Amino acid sequence: MNWEPLLDALFDAGHQVNCSGDLLTGTAEVQGRTVAVVGTTNHAAIGIELALAQAGAVLSVVRGHPGRPIVLLVDTQGQRLRHRDELLGINRYMAHLGCCIELARRQHHAVIGLVYDQALSGGFITSGLIADACYALPEAEIRVMRLPAMARVTKIDEERLTELSKSNPVFAPGVENFVAMGGIRALWRGDLQAQLRIALENSPIVDQRSLDGAARGGRKLAAMVVERVVEA
Amino acid sequence: MEKLQFQLVGDKAPAAFIPILVGVVGSGNLEVMIEPLADSPTCRVDVITSAQGFAPIWRAVMQDFQERHGLAGIAISINDMGATPAVVSLRLDQAAAALHGLTKDNA
Amino acid sequence: MNRSFAESTARERVAHLLDAKSFIEILGPGERVVSPHLALLGVPSSFDDGVVIGHGTLNGQLVFIAAQEGEFMGGGVGEVHGAKLVGLFKRALRDKPAAVIVLAESGGVRLHEANAGLIAVSEVMRALLDARAQGIPVIMLIGGANGCFGGMGLIARCADHVVMSDLGRLAMSGPEVIESSHGVEEYDSRDRALVWRTTGGKHRYLIGDCDQLVEDDVDAFRHAAIGLLGQSMSLSLLALEAEHDLLSDRLTRFGECRDALDVWRLLGVPDPSIVADLEASEMFVLKSLASGESV
Repeated sequence: MNWEPLLDALFDAGHQVNCSGDLLTGTAEVQGRTVAVVGTTNHAAIGIELALAQAGAVLSVVRGHPGRPIVLLVDTQGQRLRHRDELLGINRYMAHLGCCIELARRQHHAVIGLVYDQALSGGFITSGLIADACYALPEAEIRVMRLPAMARVTKIDEERLTELSKSNPVFAPGVENFVAMGGIRALWRGDLQAQLRIALENSPIVDQRSLDGAARGGRKLAAMVVERVVEA
Repeated sequence: MEKLQFQLVGDKAPAAFIPILVGVVGSGNLEVMIEPLADSPTCRVDVITSAQGFAPIWRAVMQDFQERHGLAGIAISINDMGATPAVVSLRLDQAAAALHGLTKDNA
Repeated sequence: MNRSFAESTARERVAHLLDAKSFIEILGPGERVVSPHLALLGVPSSFDDGVVIGHGTLNGQLVFIAAQEGEFMGGGVGEVHGAKLVGLFKRALRDKPAAVIVLAESGGVRLHEANAGLIAVSEVMRALLDARAQGIPVIMLIGGANGCFGGMGLIARCADHVVMSDLGRLAMSGPEVIESSHGVEEYDSRDRALVWRTTGGKHRYLIGDCDQLVEDDVDAFRHAAIGLLGQSMSLSLLALEAEHDLLSDRLTRFGECRDALDVWRLLGVPDPSIVADLEASEMFVLKSLASGESV
């Protein structure tokens, strides 16, 4: 979905969100309550500038607006694949974004992620995936890697991968797989603003994704292993 | 992938010990874990290997190993990713040496 | 005695880094907590799913430790592997060790379990930051031949401290995927000198992404880790704003650089071409002399 109709569907009329290149920043209202909006569009490749800009936007909210909820809008083709970004340490820039979001959460800002178009490769690990909870539209594309590329890298037959992915959501592309694994809390259908309102009110404080993954059957071991390590 | 199992007769049963692990499951390599198998006159071997059709070679390697060490009352578990017989023997001997070192400490 | 960190297995690194015989493994290989997915794909599992976790002492102080085995699936993070790391950080909240030490050697997410690995990386990040918020220092030791890439590269820069050897590499995307994407002109993945200039310990040390550079020696890593015990770095708004300023400044100063040599020259290194031949101890002197960035 395009970011403009998305904002119209998510927020009260008259939002103040701007698009500058691939960056979305601004504020909007949800039933009169102001929220901050930070995100990307145009299937953005997250390079050092874009990671830093999003981090800056989050820091502004923490600095200037105590308690204001933050909505992270995700549309990314993944991290930018350039020598320059690696040279200057894109991992540190992306980690910084993640730490800023974590700071916001710790300072009692509700942070909700929404994948509204694409979330590919590692592009949203330190944004949507580090929010209180990350949601997605049913038509969103979420994947680590396409199957043909995965077949080449793992040297496993593509047909075998396709067959296995029917019964196991652990590696194949697809929003439903990420829901089954607990990574995406829920898909938003119908009244998006209502879903956002509910999400803001029910923002989990503790990371319960491995529990969701177990309950949904997509990740049967993770939560149990965590507990065994703690109790050992 | 192939699963193989062997039972080897031996007479040197070590005293209780915590599992020993040598090696790594990397290309051309394997991990060998030795655990106690209380009151058993045999050395039980379970192999999971990425290669297929090498059962006779595994059997020969295990028999050679048993001739060198004659262990009983242990379970050997192997995860193999295409190691040569020489590397397999090496890891088995390293594991046996670690076992000897451990049980000597306990004595 | 010199024991190569790079050539040691994860288990060997742990055994020789910690005080002798102090290591107690959690969920060791005898527990057989293996990947539930690899067998279905015809790939052998490892009894510890490629990561050794537990606790021991370092210079007499309680520490938690995790060491990734780079030889198994490239050190990739799968469901169980990731959960072991999450569990370790959660346990640290209760037991309050002097540090959680992570010996990171990983290509990132394990593709065979891609979705689980991706989610696990962010779960590890959250758990790591929870531990740091309680004042428990997290120290990353990076010196394996496979480097620390992908999701682990992100996790590394969420820690309090990073120690590398010059053999180690720290980055996000590997050179091959960048070359596949934008061509050999963009990044020649077979040019080892280029790869290490771009992502290796010496460059990270000079640019400030690695706090200490040590020799490829387990003992050297041990001494560096001892020195960092109990040293927790702030995660306050002030601290993150300082980090933000540092990263903005970096963009301004080095945004036009084509190669690490340009970066080093701007940092005040008189003759960047000699960096590749310097020992770790000589790098310390070099950095002190040059106008390096520091946190």
